[in-house]
Amino acid sequence: MDIFQQILFVAALAAAIWYITKRVRLITRAIKLGRPEDRTDNAGERMRVMLLVAFGQKKMFTKPLVGVMHFVIYAGFLIINIEILEIILDGILGTHRLFAPYITPVYPILIDVFEVLAFGVLAVCVAFLCRRFITRVNRLQASRHRELRGWPVSDATIILSAEIFLMIAFLTWNASDSVLRDRGVGHYGELQGIVPDFLVSQYFKPFFTGFSDTALIAYERAAWWLHILGILAFAVYVTYSKHLHIALGFPNVYFSDLQPKGEMQNMPEITKEVQLALGLPLTTEPDGSQENDNGQQPAEIGRFGAKDVYDLKWINLMNAYSCTECGRCTAACPANITGKKLSPRKIMMDTRDRMEDIQRGWQTQGNDFKDDKSLLGDYITAEELNACTTCQACINACPVNINPLDIILQLRRYRVMEESQAPASWNAMFSNIENNMAPWKFSPSDRFNWADQVNESQSK
Amino acid sequence: MADMAAAGEEPEILFWVGCAGSFDDRYKRVTIAFVRILNHVGIKFAVLGPEEACTGDPARRAGNEFLFQMQAVSNIQVLNGYNVKKIVTACPHCFNTLKNEYPELGGKYEVIHHSQFLQGLINEGRVRVKDGQSFKGRRITFHDSCYLGRANKIYEAPREVLAALDADLVEMKRGRANGLCCGAGGGQYFKEPEPGNKDVNVERVEEALGTGADMIAVACPFCMTMMSDGVKNKNREDSVRVYDIAELIAQKEGL
Ligand code: SF4
Ligand code: SF4
Repeated sequence: MDIFQQILFVAALAAAIWYITKRVRLITRAIKLGRPEDRTDNAGERMRVMLLVAFGQKKMFTKPLVGVMHFVIYAGFLIINIEILEIILDGILGTHRLFAPYITPVYPILIDVFEVLAFGVLAVCVAFLCRRFITRVNRLQASRHRELRGWPVSDATIILSAEIFLMIAFLTWNASDSVLRDRGVGHYGELQGIVPDFLVSQYFKPFFTGFSDTALIAYERAAWWLHILGILAFAVYVTYSKHLHIALGFPNVYFSDLQPKGEMQNMPEITKEVQLALGLPLTTEPDGSQENDNGQQPAEIGRFGAKDVYDLKWINLMNAYSCTECGRCTAACPANITGKKLSPRKIMMDTRDRMEDIQRGWQTQGNDFKDDKSLLGDYITAEELNACTTCQACINACPVNINPLDIILQLRRYRVMEESQAPASWNAMFSNIENNMAPWKFSPSDRFNWADQVNESQSK
Repeated sequence: MADMAAAGEEPEILFWVGCAGSFDDRYKRVTIAFVRILNHVGIKFAVLGPEEACTGDPARRAGNEFLFQMQAVSNIQVLNGYNVKKIVTACPHCFNTLKNEYPELGGKYEVIHHSQFLQGLINEGRVRVKDGQSFKGRRITFHDSCYLGRANKIYEAPREVLAALDADLVEMKRGRANGLCCGAGGGQYFKEPEPGNKDVNVERVEEALGTGADMIAVACPFCMTMMSDGVKNKNREDSVRVYDIAELIAQKEGL
């Protein structure tokens, strides 16, 4: 490979790395908008959950067929990275199949594995496109789920097509390379006897036998470049796409909730007020409310609940960037199933959209950017929030342990405690609890009335 | 409880009746059934009676954290005042709140749901299913309550209790961790549902009826109401009955 190609390659690689670093910084900054919360406890348990759910894809296998298909793409992605390492080194050093002479006996086996995986990925991507557009899996249809309209559907289609394209480039590159090797052309010929035909690409060889040597070299180079540029472009694209889950899925699962799903997080600032109101000794500070963990800001009284992404916790925001938009949560949501506006997937997508709008603001109007929009109201409506039964089916369904309910509950707190905007019948329930210590209008002194019947009807 | 304390006695357990168990006419029958079982096996228990207040669960999930904590803190004062250690409750919402949410506010108790408690009694042989009503040939389906199941991973206890009845247990398509909510949680019970195509409880009852069951067993006062309403909505209240697992055990025992 000539030096010109080497320089071009290094430039492309550097550009991709520069751009990705910039994106990673921006996303990290957006996640840090959230309130601090310590999620570093129980490292052992967290590791176990991550190995099972993220690495082992445990929850994907609740639907075995889709689980296997997704696993093929996932394994393909992980393992083909080794091949990409060789490609990148070849690109920088101007070599061809750098590893082949050093690991001669295993090399063909490795490439055979990559090729089988590549073919698997190709097949699965075609199958996934069919599920979207031919068999029309309900949870992936924009006609049924308004949060998917526009960009999300294009995003999914672009990704699947790009993967198909990348895999075809990889397989035909190997095929054209094999033909050149057979013919003993230039440095391709040097690997004769070291590198045999490969498992899948050998079937593409007949297609290339009619090519002249020059045409073949041109194709080989073009396929090589398209493959690696495609991968670099893909890596940049991923930072804009729901496919960010391939990276964030792991930390996201690691830091996911460990406590029982039904447990709602306490608000220490309220505990303090309640204790003041009831004339009790204050207990929140000594046992360390989370705001004090970093030692710097003593619990400033913010707002009660969340109105915007700034009021949520960082893990809520990381959740939003990790969401795959797969809709398993929404498909399990009783409110959504029965036609209510609520969709937990939309909650996650709205949260991410809100952060991306803020990011764009930073880029166009500088780092102090603020607008007068907020997550609650401009993105998520009260009607959606009020429909949630807190059943936790969404949390249970999510393959990367995202918790949409947590966001819903924090937004509800804001509506009720800051805006006093609860539905009228909830207000009635509140005042019953306050006055009669029960959600209904019964006198507390009647609480024990049932006891009269215990023996009475027993004797009947 | 106050009487026992005055007499210097300590009960084995405190039975947390819950608002629905105290006031809802249908669920009062469950409270009574459970108390009869307790009396039958001779367990020394107490209830708070008028000293019990709402745990605050519906207020908390609706977003009123302040009201929740007011309730919680005063309940904890009462419970700690009586030195309560072990609580049994028939309501999964009370159960979840007492078990998972009170400790952080200073209320640490061993909390047991009545399904677990009944399972324990059956396993120990203290409840021996005999005379009473026979359930042979009846088809029963169990509706998982979200706050028992997904929230606290209790799926088998109620099923094992039902297994003691010798009836045919049939499962719905969405069961255990995938169970469909009855539609009442998160404060929904206390307001009209948001607009949609149908009510959640109707969807769930359709699924339950789809199993061919003639009995829907529940272990939660809210599920009880929602399922019964759903059955009425389908005009099946004559052929399909909704029972709490405690009532079924009491019937089987002839209590
Ligand atoms: S918790 Fe709320 S959003 Fe999640 S599935 Fe249940 S009803 Fe839907
Ligand atoms: S929250 Fe989880 S289940 Fe829901 S769409 Fe996102 S990744 Fe899928």
